[in-house]
Amino acid sequence: MNSEKIWIAYKTIVRAEVVRFFRIWSQTFLPPAITTTLYYVIFGTFIGSQIDPIGDFTYMQFIVPGLVMMAVITSSFTNTVSSFFGAKFQRQLEELLVAPVPPVVVVAGYVTGGVIRGLLTGLLVLIIALFFTHITIFSWFAVGVFILLTSIMFSLLGLVTAIFAKNFDGVQIIPNFVLTPLTYLGGVFYSIHMLSPFWQGVSKLNPILYMVNGFRYGFLGMSDVHVGASLCMLVLMSIALVVYTMHLFRTGRGLRH
Amino acid sequence: MEAIKLTKLAKTYDTGVQALKGVDLCVPPGMFYGLLGPNGAGKSTLIGILSGLTNKTSGEALIFGYDTDKESVEAKSAIGLVPQEFNFNIFEKVIDIVVKQAGYYGIPRAEALVNAEEYLKALGLWDKRNAKSMTLSGGMKRRLMIARALIHKPKLLILDEPTAGVDIELRRGMWDFLRELNEKGTTIILTTHYLEEAEALCERIAIINHGEIVEEGTVKDLLAKLSVETYVFDLVAPLDERLMELVKKFEVRIIDPQTLEMDLVEGEGLSEMIIALARLDIMVRSMRNKANRLEELFVRLTQTKDKNNTHE
Repeated sequence: MNSEKIWIAYKTIVRAEVVRFFRIWSQTFLPPAITTTLYYVIFGTFIGSQIDPIGDFTYMQFIVPGLVMMAVITSSFTNTVSSFFGAKFQRQLEELLVAPVPPVVVVAGYVTGGVIRGLLTGLLVLIIALFFTHITIFSWFAVGVFILLTSIMFSLLGLVTAIFAKNFDGVQIIPNFVLTPLTYLGGVFYSIHMLSPFWQGVSKLNPILYMVNGFRYGFLGMSDVHVGASLCMLVLMSIALVVYTMHLFRTGRGLRH
Repeated sequence: MEAIKLTKLAKTYDTGVQALKGVDLCVPPGMFYGLLGPNGAGKSTLIGILSGLTNKTSGEALIFGYDTDKESVEAKSAIGLVPQEFNFNIFEKVIDIVVKQAGYYGIPRAEALVNAEEYLKALGLWDKRNAKSMTLSGGMKRRLMIARALIHKPKLLILDEPTAGVDIELRRGMWDFLRELNEKGTTIILTTHYLEEAEALCERIAIINHGEIVEEGTVKDLLAKLSVETYVFDLVAPLDERLMELVKKFEVRIIDPQTLEMDLVEGEGLSEMIIALARLDIMVRSMRNKANRLEELFVRLTQTKDKNNTHE
C-alpha cells in the first residue's frame, strides 16, 4: 500500500472508533462524568474541606490532576479493550485482517481512538472540576506530554489485553485486579510523603504513581517523584508496549488461528 | 500465472488437529472453481490461509504469484472474501459497512461511495443502504457480505457457502450475479454444500476430505467417473404379486407401494427393466435419475476415504 492508501486506512479505523464511542456516549462519557463529580463532591468538598492543605494547595486542587489522569487511564484502556475485543468476539475484526492494512496502521488507528477518547474524557473531568475549584497550569508541556503518553500507553495495554482475552472475563481481569488498585494506590488521593518510608518505597514500584505525579507537576509544580525520571519511564514503557503489540500483530498471536 | 497456486500446504492446529495435509492445487485465472467437502474437511482452513485469517504450518500459497506470507499486502489486495458467518457490525448501516471496508483497502471515500452504489444496486440492497444491518433478512445479509467483498474490485472472489439459508429464488439471482461477475474476468472460488450449485456454476471442482484433495477436475470429467446411477420409477398403481417377478430378475428396492429404485452401472439393464415392466403390464407414471449425480460422486468419494481411514 502506498502512503496515500495507508493514510485512508488509518483514517477509516480512527473514524470508526470515534463514531463508535460517540454513538454509545451514555456508556463512554456519562459514567466518568458522574463518578468524578461524586469524587469532587465527597472527597473534594465534604472530606477535603477538613484536610490540611498539601503544599500551597487545597486538597481539592491536589486531587484534580489525579482524578483527570484516572479518567484518562480508564477511558483509554477501556476504549481499545472493549472495541478490539468486541470486534474479535463478533468476528468483525476479520474485515480488517483480510484487508491489506499493515499491522502498524491497525495499532496506530486503535491507539488513536483510545487516545482521543481518553483526552476527551480528561477534558470533561477537568471542566467539571472548574465548578468546584480554581485550576492553575504550571507547565503546559508537562500536562500535554504526560497526558498524551499515558493515554497512548493505556490504549496499547488495552489492545494487548484484548488480543489475549478469550472471553469477557478475560477483558475484566486487568481493569479490576490491576488497573483499579494501582490507580487508587498511585497517589491520586494522597501524597506518598504522608506514608511511612516502607510504603513510600512500595508505592514507588507503582508505575501509575509516576504518571499521576508528572501530570500533577504540570498543574501544581509539585511532585512526589522526579519528573524527568517519570517521563523517561513513561517513554520507555510506551516503546516497549509498541514493540510488543507489533510483535503480536505480526505473528498473529491471539488474532489468527 | 495461476490465480491460486498451493504447494504442499499444511496446517496443524495447536490442538493437534491436522486440518490440511500437504494440499497441492492450481486454479487458473478467470475460472469458476468449486471446493467441496464435508464439514471439517479443511475447506475453511484453506480459505483462512488464503485470506490471511489463518497461519499455515508449512507449504506455500500464492495468489496471482504473490506469496500470502511474504507479499501479504499484494495478495490480500487481490482477494475479496465472503465468509461463512455474518461478521459485520450489526449496529452499522449497510452503506457504512461497505464504505468502511473500502477504506481498509485505501479507497478514497468518494470512490468508495460510487463502488458501493454499483454493488448495492446490483445485489438489490440499494433501497436498504441506510438501514442498520441487524434489520436485514438472512438473504440480504448474505448479499451485503458479497457487496462488501467486492467493494475494492478484487481479481479473486472467495465465497464460503454464500447461499446457505438463502431461498431458491434469491439463490438463482445470486448465481446469475456471480456468473456475470465471472464472465467479466473475476476468478471465483466457491465452497458450498449445495452440490447442484457447484454443478451449475463451476468449471472445475476439487473435493477435499480430511485435509486432502481426493478428486480434482472438470465437472464433466468427475461425473464420468460415476459409473453407478440410481433410477426411480413412479408407478401408476400400487404393486401387487407381479413385484416378485421383478425382484427375481432385477435388484430393485421398494420405497413405497408405488415407487421402485434401481441401481444401474452406466445404464446397463435399463432397457431390460423397461421391457420387463411393459411385459408385466406395470404402468410407469415417470422415471428419473434419483440424486444429483455430483452429490452421488461426492458421497462415494468421501465415504471411501472414511472407510479407508477406519481400516487404518
